[in-house]
This record gives sequence, structure tokens and C-alpha cells, in this order.
Amino acid sequence: MTLDVARLQKDFPILDRARPGGSRLVYLDSAASSQKPQCVLDAMTRYYETTHANVHRGVYGIAEEATRLMEEARDKVARFIGAAQSREVIFAKNGTECLNLVANAWGRANLRAGDAVLLTEIEHHANLVPWLMLREQLGIELRYIPLGDDGHLDLSGLDRLVDGVRLVGITAMSNVLGTLTPVRRIADAAHAAGAVVVVDGAQYAPHLPTDVGTLGADFFAFTGHKLLGPTGIGVLWGRAELLEAMPPFLGGGEMIRDVRLDGYTPNELPWKFEAGTPPIAETIGLGAAVDYLVALGMDAVRAHEVELTGYALRTLTARFGPDMRIYGPSDPAERGGVISFSFKDIHPHDISQVLDQSGVCVRAGHHCAKPLMRRLGIGATARASFYVYNDEADVDALADALDATSAFFS
Amino acid sequence: MGLEDLYREIILDHYRSPRNRGELESPPAVRVEGYNPLCGDEIVVFVDVQDGVVADLKIGGQGCSISQSSASMMSAAVKGRTVPEARAVIRAFKAMMSIHEQRLDSEAEAEAEARAAEMAEVKLGDLEALQGVVRFPVRIKCATLSWNTLQQGLDEAGAAQAG
Repeated sequence: MTLDVARLQKDFPILDRARPGGSRLVYLDSAASSQKPQCVLDAMTRYYETTHANVHRGVYGIAEEATRLMEEARDKVARFIGAAQSREVIFAKNGTECLNLVANAWGRANLRAGDAVLLTEIEHHANLVPWLMLREQLGIELRYIPLGDDGHLDLSGLDRLVDGVRLVGITAMSNVLGTLTPVRRIADAAHAAGAVVVVDGAQYAPHLPTDVGTLGADFFAFTGHKLLGPTGIGVLWGRAELLEAMPPFLGGGEMIRDVRLDGYTPNELPWKFEAGTPPIAETIGLGAAVDYLVALGMDAVRAHEVELTGYALRTLTARFGPDMRIYGPSDPAERGGVISFSFKDIHPHDISQVLDQSGVCVRAGHHCAKPLMRRLGIGATARASFYVYNDEADVDALADALDATSAFFS
Repeated sequence: MGLEDLYREIILDHYRSPRNRGELESPPAVRVEGYNPLCGDEIVVFVDVQDGVVADLKIGGQGCSISQSSASMMSAAVKGRTVPEARAVIRAFKAMMSIHEQRLDSEAEAEAEARAAEMAEVKLGDLEALQGVVRFPVRIKCATLSWNTLQQGLDEAGAAQAG
């Protein structure tokens, strides 16, 4: 149950890209966006070359074929996350749009001034700003589960915080700290309080076996491009009865059953939430990415990342000691393959720029989590993140390039 | 395109030993904060304008080597100058930092000429070391952060004196 990384690296054409100076590409920014295996690229190209037509409309061969391919992708995604029914799987532009869909469609129908929504201090802006907008527009109250000093959420005040809330929004894995959050425990407390639970799974679904029922989610959002799939395709899973009771989000073609000059009747699930021509090729590409991950085995993907993250934590600590400050939980079993760090007093921008000279790609900045940065008392971090195609040689290349960075700025 | 194009020796010197680092009492000095939303860098410029002259200037805040060295070099370049001279340096520096975008209309040529005129107006001296930043477009905002902040400080100082 381990990954043959050397072999699967050959599936990713970008890893062969020649770079100035002859260094190989050491891609350590998969938490921002993953690379794509050839099978995903081929599925999309093949679709455009042989099958393209608009879906759910044409009564001719290729249109029916395009529709079938898109709906098969929906079935694959549904199985991938343990959804009970494919009609609970809604395609949107990205993870952010999915969370905006929940805030706007569910939120506007169910929240009134003074109603409370509980979030966490470690959320990505995508699961903060839509609720901050609702606070402005509806006058809802926002509460936050704080971050403890051990890199985990501090649940000591959970009973008090969850009391009376209508909705709880929580990331399953921090994109900055790598922290895996106790989604089930928080979801149980939320449900006991009568609240609905929205899970931001953008960092979780690509890296861990996902079962929305086991997590205790009512809504679960993630994006295709972090999961070996293309950009432009996000997934929102929601419990059917909640989705059915919600008004539509965007209006237009596809999402209606009937339109009169004095009104409209929305379509059934899932199309009720898919206004306009969908990203068909991207959906098919996502289906191919899911196939690829299922063939690898998500247990093996997770095991590989725990192993590699452990190696990285040991290597960076051993080589740089107190010059290296790593944020988040110290046990690789309690975190994903995301390592945010400060290195000496060198600014993350400068680190990232110098690492690039060695072909090492890491992210520098606030990672769209400014409240968390404030909580940590820093402006920015450098962040290395791993996926199936990374190996120990990549970690060693990062450490070597950090040595060069240190020499450059000394 | 090597690192040495970006991190010229004089830039690293200003980064390691920043000039005019600190604070000024405000008032009489004007205190202005600038943020780079991209990376979370923040800079604080204290500028004391006396009789139309930038009598003193101090830089606070935190940021990368490019934003810190640019601020340091800026402080050295404008301290002791008259406000119109300081504004001319700001204009010339920002002209040097502007990306030469492809324009679809005939304004492009006129704009390029205006930029050349602005740059000819003052000698940038050491500041020209930052020219390499233009070839790393994401870093341009780092280089211009302190300059935009100073510009705002001069505006506020002018308004305060007019009032």
C-alpha cells in the first residue's frame, strides 16, 4: 500500500520541463494548485477533439455523448467522497464559489439579523469573506473557534460557542498549518445545537480518504485543480433535503424547469444550482483525476504524505535547528503535507525568489488567511506542500536551496 | 535572468544596514502606513515637512529585502530636499518601475515620451539599482510600497499646513 513515486512522476509531463541552468522542477506548491497527470490532459483534449457539444440539450449523438461523459464524472466524484446520490453533487467554478453558494442560497433563506454563525480562526478567506459579507448585509453575528498554541483548534469553549448558532463553517485541514481539524466532533456539537455544518474540504479531499457522512458534514466544498484536475471546476456536495429546500444561487439557462414572463420554476437537483453552460471539459478532466487517485488508492496517498511530511519535519529541524521555525502540529499523523515556516530573519518573498533559482517552487505570503497570520503574529510565511509526485529528493532539494538562500543573505 | 539582476550589491547593503530607520514624533511629523496586500508587508513612513522642505524622514515596519532597501534608498534620496524636488524623485522612480504594457491606442507613444521626460527630470543615482525589479513583475509592488506611502505623507503634510 505504498506509492511508486518514481514511476508515477512520469505521468506528469510538467516535471520533465527543462529549466534554465538544467535544474529539475521541484514543485512544492500543490496546496495552491496541483500538477496534472497526462490522463487528465488527454481526457479533456479527447473530449474537445471527438465529443464536444453543449450538454443536456442536443438530441443528437455527440451532444448525448457529452452529457453522458459529464454525468459519469459526477458519479465518479460522488463515489469518491461517499455521497449517497449523484444529484447531491453540484459543479461550480471553484471551491470559493461553492462556499459562496452556501452563504447566499442557504444563508439568505435561513439567516436573519442577530443569528449566529460559528467559524474558526484558521479559515481560508473563502470561508470567511462570504460570511463577513452576510454580516454586513443581514446583520448576522460571527463567532470563532480559536487556535491553540499547539497548532490545533482550542475546543475548550466549544459548548458555549456553539450554543444557539444556526451554522458552523469549518475547514477540514488548514492550508497554512496543515492542521487536521476534529470535524466530526465539532459537527456533532453543531448538530446537537441544531446547526448546519459546512466543511471546506479544499485541502482535505485531495489528500485523505473522504467520506462526507463519516465527517458529519451537511455541505462539503472542494476544488478540482488541487486534486490533479483542471482549474475552473469546483464541487459542492450537500444533503439532498437541504439543497432541495434552498433557493437557487445563480439564475439562467439549465437551472430552470419553466420560465414565464411573471416567474420561473427551478430545475431539479443538481442542475438547479448549475446556471449556464457548465465547464464540460473541466468536469470530464476532474473525473479522470478522480479515476487516477482511486487507482493509486487514497489510503496510499495519505500514507505517502504522512511519511514524506515526517521526513521533511525531521530533515528541516536537523539541518537548520533554531534557524527554522515550523508552524502547526509537530506530529505528521495530525497534519497534512503542508509546511509553513520562517527561516532566520529572511523574508518569505526573498526565500521564495532565491529557491526558484534552484528550481524549487514554494509559496510565500499570507496564503489567503490573514486573520490566522495576525493570530500567529507574523506577516507572511514560506510554505512547502506535497502531493503524490513529491519524494525525499524534493525535500533534500528544498533544504539544499535553503542553505544557498542563507548564504546569499548572510 | 539571474538573481544578481534583482539583488544588486547596493540593494543588499541597504537591506542589511537600512538608513533612517526609526520613528518621529507625530505631530509635528506626519505618520502614514502602507500595506502590500499581496504579501502582508507593511511600512510606516514618518515625514516632517518644515518650510517646504523634507526636514526629516524615518522608516518603520517590516518587509522583504526589496521593499526595505527601496524604502531606505528613498529616505536617503529625499531627505533635505524641497517638497517639489521630492515629488519629482517619486515621479521619476515610479516611472522607472512602470511596466511597459502594450497599448492598443496611439496614447502609448505619448505616454512613453512623458515617462522619459519624467525620468530625465531628476538623477536617480543609486536608485537605478532597483531597475532590475521591473523584470520580476511580482516584486514591483514591493519596490513601490514606500514611495506610494511617502507620496500620501507629503499630501497629508501639505493639507495639514494649508489647513
